[in-house]
Amino acid sequence: MTKEATVLFDAPGPRARARNRLLTAVSAVVLLAIFGALVWRFNDKGQFAGELWNPFLKWTVWREMILPGLGSTLKAAAVAAVLAMLFGIVFGLGRLSDHWWVRIPAGAVVEFFRAIPLLILIFLMFFVPNKISPSIAGSQFGTLQRVLVDDFFALFGVKINAGTVIVPAFAAVVFGLVLYNGSVLAEVVRAGVLSIPKGQSEAAYSIGLRKNGVMRLVLLPQAIRVMMPAIVSQLVVLLKDTALGFIIAYSELLNAGFNLIPANYHNNKIQAGIVIAVVYIAINMSVSRFATWLEGRSRRNRKTSGTTLGTGTGAPPAPGMSVTQQTAGGSGVAPA
Amino acid sequence: MFDFTAFFDHFDEILDGFWATIRLAAASAVLSLIIGTLLASFRVSPVPVLRSFGTGYVNVVRNTPLTLVLLLCAQGLNDTLHLTFSENSSTTYYWWAVLGLSGYTGAFVCETLRSGINTVPLGQAEAARSIGLTFTQSLRMIILPQAFRSVIAPMGSILIAMIKNTTVAAAASYAEVALVSKTLLDAPTFTGGAIPLFIGVAVGFMILILPTGFFFGWLAKRMAVAR
Repeated sequence: MTKEATVLFDAPGPRARARNRLLTAVSAVVLLAIFGALVWRFNDKGQFAGELWNPFLKWTVWREMILPGLGSTLKAAAVAAVLAMLFGIVFGLGRLSDHWWVRIPAGAVVEFFRAIPLLILIFLMFFVPNKISPSIAGSQFGTLQRVLVDDFFALFGVKINAGTVIVPAFAAVVFGLVLYNGSVLAEVVRAGVLSIPKGQSEAAYSIGLRKNGVMRLVLLPQAIRVMMPAIVSQLVVLLKDTALGFIIAYSELLNAGFNLIPANYHNNKIQAGIVIAVVYIAINMSVSRFATWLEGRSRRNRKTSGTTLGTGTGAPPAPGMSVTQQTAGGSGVAPA
Repeated sequence: MFDFTAFFDHFDEILDGFWATIRLAAASAVLSLIIGTLLASFRVSPVPVLRSFGTGYVNVVRNTPLTLVLLLCAQGLNDTLHLTFSENSSTTYYWWAVLGLSGYTGAFVCETLRSGINTVPLGQAEAARSIGLTFTQSLRMIILPQAFRSVIAPMGSILIAMIKNTTVAAAASYAEVALVSKTLLDAPTFTGGAIPLFIGVAVGFMILILPTGFFFGWLAKRMAVAR
């Protein structure tokens, strides 16, 4: 970057090089000073004490606290990812339907769940069934509620006890993640299908395929290649969002790091937080790398006539905007 | 099930919660733009130290859950290291929530700005230099106007995601609307008001978010660069 011209800077001459060297020195000093001040503060408050850091060198701490937490995080993320994908395909294709009575409700659901904060959705799933189920149990829908819970939601550990539905934290996190990420993925699916040039479907219709065949044999196989990087980077978002389970006391990685370990080892919250952050960063960066690799491969390998959606357009497309409007795509991962 | 009296009994608390959400969102919007612009200028600067600092910061923060960032701010930096903003606990938690949320959102703002600069073709800069514009002139008249226009839509999405993310400050001891709702819902007597509360909170967020989304969508279309 320093040798050649970029959009902003010409190739530096002798004076520019001297100035850059000076700026390098000054900025290094400033950054080191900030870092030094933080280290001094750490030392001042006794945060370098061995007893605060030693727990992370013990295998028992990893075996009994961090790894089970990581397991719960990955379990919630995996279940939610599969269900969100299903939700996304159903509602994404629903929004593309020719029938208004499918298109409009599907669109309303997708826009609604994208406009509500995920934490509020998790609260909805966690608290509300418990509060309203007794009055449903007394009404004519009581049997329906019991059958639904016993035969379907029991899969996620939801229980019904004398008419009161109890949703465990795991199920609440999963359902919340599915509603929100499913809606984002629905928009990705829609954008993916819309990115295939019109000539493809026209050609498919002209050889006599029906709607179903056009979608299943021509549009979707090409759209999936286009969507893949965007889907994988949405999964990073989903994985990060499992940490919201902390707030409703789901025993995931963040809970292990911020409640379990500090309670047992001299309240070492900063140290535990740093170690947990490293675990999250390692996992998320490898998944992001995979998404970037997929994007590069999909761009090189022209088996689709659509334009590959980026691995992250900075943020998930907001309500009222479409995925394709997001022109300035970097290699960003969405913040939500 | 749709007992709105329980909801309206606590209406003042819920409105206070929304007011806290708006204060947090407004301060974070300004601060995250500043942090993001600063980081973006680091990442495109010709100074290697600043460039690697920017890259490191963005990669670390973007891959950390926001809940963890806010918890480290509130319980780590504030409670453990005693780096407080004020003696008053609600003020200091507010500023740590603002700082944590802005530091997190700033990483995304930085990436968007940087990719906006990258959408400007090199030929534009070369043409600017060849007609004798200086660095600041080409930045001000050629590059930034084009870069800004292409980042309007993604910026709108980041702003909206940030507004929704203010709810996560519930983990960082800041009493915004999610924490108010959780406190209400934790009470076993609050049964009939649960659905009205959810509807109220949902409508509140839609009032904040939908106009923002439509505004940025409209602006992006209006300001699009014809290339």
